[in-house]
Amino acid sequence: MAKLKIRENYHQARWDEPIIYELSTPGERGILVPEPEPEIKNKAGDVLLNLPESMCRKEEPNLPEISQKQVLAHYLHLSQETLGSNLNNDISQGTCTMKYNPRINEKLAGLIHHVHPLQDESTMQGLLAINYKFEHFLKEISGMDKFTLQPGGGSHAVYTAASIIRAYHESNGELEQRDEIITTIFSHPCDAATPATAGFKVVTLYPNEETGIPDLEALEEAVSERTAAVFITNPEDTGIYNREIDKFVQTVQNAGALCFYDQANANGMLGITRAREAGFDMCHFNVHKTFGTPHGCSGPGSGALGVREHLVRFLPVPTVEFDGEKYYLDYDKPESIGKVRGFFGVAPVTLKAYSWVMMLGAEGLKEVAEISVLNNNYLQKKVEEIPGVGTWYAEGRRRLEQVRYNWIELEEETGVGTDDIMRRIGDYGIQHYWTSHHPWVVPEPFTLEPCETYSKVDLEEYAAVLKKIAEEARKDSEFVKASPHKCASHNIAKPEELNDPEKWAITWRAYLRKHKK
Amino acid sequence: MKLGFIVNPIAGMGGKVGLKGTDGMEILEKARRLGAYPEAPKKAKKALKLLTPLINDIEILTYPGKMGEDEAIALGFNPKVLGEKKDIVGPDDTEEAARKMLDMDIDLLLFAGGDGTARNIYNVVGDKVPVLGIPAGVKIHSAVYANHPRSAGEVALKYLKGELTRIREAEVMDIDEAAFRKEQVTAKLYGYMKVPFEQQLVQSLKAGRPEEEESARDSIADRVVAEMKPDVLYIIGSGTSTRPIMEKLGLPNTLLGIDIVKNKKIVASDVSEREILEHIEGRKAKIIVTVIGGQGYIFGRGNQQLSGNVIRKIGIDNIRIIATKNKLVSLGGQPILVDTGDDKVNNMFNRYMRVVTSYNEEIIYKVKGL
Ligand SMILES: Cc1ncc(COP(=O)(O)O)c(C=O)c1O
Repeated sequence: MAKLKIRENYHQARWDEPIIYELSTPGERGILVPEPEPEIKNKAGDVLLNLPESMCRKEEPNLPEISQKQVLAHYLHLSQETLGSNLNNDISQGTCTMKYNPRINEKLAGLIHHVHPLQDESTMQGLLAINYKFEHFLKEISGMDKFTLQPGGGSHAVYTAASIIRAYHESNGELEQRDEIITTIFSHPCDAATPATAGFKVVTLYPNEETGIPDLEALEEAVSERTAAVFITNPEDTGIYNREIDKFVQTVQNAGALCFYDQANANGMLGITRAREAGFDMCHFNVHKTFGTPHGCSGPGSGALGVREHLVRFLPVPTVEFDGEKYYLDYDKPESIGKVRGFFGVAPVTLKAYSWVMMLGAEGLKEVAEISVLNNNYLQKKVEEIPGVGTWYAEGRRRLEQVRYNWIELEEETGVGTDDIMRRIGDYGIQHYWTSHHPWVVPEPFTLEPCETYSKVDLEEYAAVLKKIAEEARKDSEFVKASPHKCASHNIAKPEELNDPEKWAITWRAYLRKHKK
Repeated sequence: MKLGFIVNPIAGMGGKVGLKGTDGMEILEKARRLGAYPEAPKKAKKALKLLTPLINDIEILTYPGKMGEDEAIALGFNPKVLGEKKDIVGPDDTEEAARKMLDMDIDLLLFAGGDGTARNIYNVVGDKVPVLGIPAGVKIHSAVYANHPRSAGEVALKYLKGELTRIREAEVMDIDEAAFRKEQVTAKLYGYMKVPFEQQLVQSLKAGRPEEEESARDSIADRVVAEMKPDVLYIIGSGTSTRPIMEKLGLPNTLLGIDIVKNKKIVASDVSEREILEHIEGRKAKIIVTVIGGQGYIFGRGNQQLSGNVIRKIGIDNIRIIATKNKLVSLGGQPILVDTGDDKVNNMFNRYMRVVTSYNEEIIYKVKGL
């Protein structure tokens, strides 16, 4: 077996790289686009004149002017200042379900770049078949009756669910009365935010301070004839699984409301338990998490939303159907909420996820869940052995696939808190961790989620680095607080500016306006 | 930059020997006899030590001996010492020191003590200059204190360097110590002082950023006003969270007392329990209250007018609790507390209740009657 090594002598590149606008020299060019040949010019005329006026800029865009070599050097430098997407020890990104995304699937996705969604259906039967079959897998995995793959991410799918709930109550003439949705403080923030965007009021349950999950009694206080639905994650951010979830669902449905299960991250339960058996009306999966396709800058994402029979008529159009001979797009849903995005889904992501499921098979999916949980239990044991680490709630009870830990004790003892430790981790060449969604219900939090693709050595490396930093905090707290020392960039000089609309700048133009007056 | 620096040297002495506070000379004597030794000077030094990088840039104004001079000199500062040296110092000296410093245009007043000390400072300073408390007393209910002495130093340093410019209002609260030692708890909200704001370092009582808290309170007030029904009496509790409700209605507000509103007009200001009972007799009424102080009381701390009798008459279903999300989070999972002195009424509250946290949001939170 591989040997555990803490990379004590790691050092990241530090290029002190200017912003690309600062590298700009007026008149410099990366490529010179050749003028068309005279013959073509004569025939075609000035093609740009055909552009509609409304699409033409009034002024030249402000783009950096820079040579090819400079551009390449610039991006090379920036890339060297990263830890490398998908290839680091990413178990730290709790609630994000970071796992290794097999390269072969990226290759496969490359094969469909020439397909355009406006092509005739008959010319993309393969792609539609993959869509249809992947939907079938999701139906099996969740027990839902039909899925839409249209949403472009998790929150987008949850928003789509909220829109469907609105349509459902409207069709029953109850929308005005049912204006509240219920969620929990440890469910993902989009479970509150997207229904609010869809026009609902939000009622949030606070957990019982011992069990870490809301009491049924709290739910009963929240449920009324005003309840439209509950939006809930389980296990919640804490990693604690609510074993009474079916009773929650019953209570809500008895009041005439619907239940949406946020299964963005289903890594702890694939092939083990299903939304249907708990009684849910709908659920969603983040395809770019659970189903092995990349996140973030390697994205794009995809959010698959599934519903039970009584909600199918509200799904976005088109859905992908099969008439026994060919696959086709069905737009015939008079009660559909309409489109939430172009076309029928993020085709390359669906393809990669389909391939991922096919490679694993039903047994493999179950094994994903088992290994994720096993990895998590092992890591939890290792991490909780570190003096200064605590785990709020449900002491002694195992978490599912992730754990929200805290550094309360270490912070009290040394003044070194979770943000300090997070920055120091980068000095060992591994990814800093995810603290918590806001508000920080658990103080000094950090959340780890070791998915199935990490080895025992990866887990041990992470725990060993945390342990080492806790020791450093006791020996020299100022050193840890001043970290990182070996990363591409240091502390943010004025963190409060990140909170200040007068100061933050996410574009060059905003930077000039706010800081170079 | 001018820094006022006041240490209440006897703060905290009672705690170590099991007394509940050190306010009152008799108690102090008793504490001494029980073997208490001064804690506050050590803690004050811990905080002031963080300001040594500014040793040449700030002028420290302080009081003689253990009230600040000794601590500052021990750290190598060269403070300007006001007032006369005395053997025994008390609350009057704290107030006198604050008054002199105020006259000399200090930029920040850093003081060490407990709730009693905060009250003394408040009596003189009010909201005239920013202050910051170094927690050294037995009772720290006031939100003007940093989490620990070290963080008081860190916040002061950043403030004096101009890195922190934001200010928030923080509660000055105190418990009646004579009653407290007899196991009766009556706390009072005395007022608010201005405190430099730094998310992580100041008492977690209200950990939200000032703008965020302000807009949350504003949004809560919109909800409360929108829910107001004709001819119902609204009994508006004390605190900064209820203030925006009155502002929105264009009505005068009693920050530290109870006002009554009907049909968006003021019915009575700063009412007593008896007056409330008179007003609600035979009428429909609702109470709007917020969580006061760090321990999460909605009744029984700072609003004794809203007695068990009043609550009984109005009914628990007519109580609307309001609080920003951050304020609830800062309770650290502890329930919201009710201590009306009436067991039956307290017991009614052992349940989950809705708390309005913004225009569109409520949180279901556990309430506990003592
Ligand atoms: C439980 C849960 N729900 C929803 C989401 C939102 O997904 P996305 O980031 O794709 O919008 C996430 C992702 O962070 C999540 O963890």
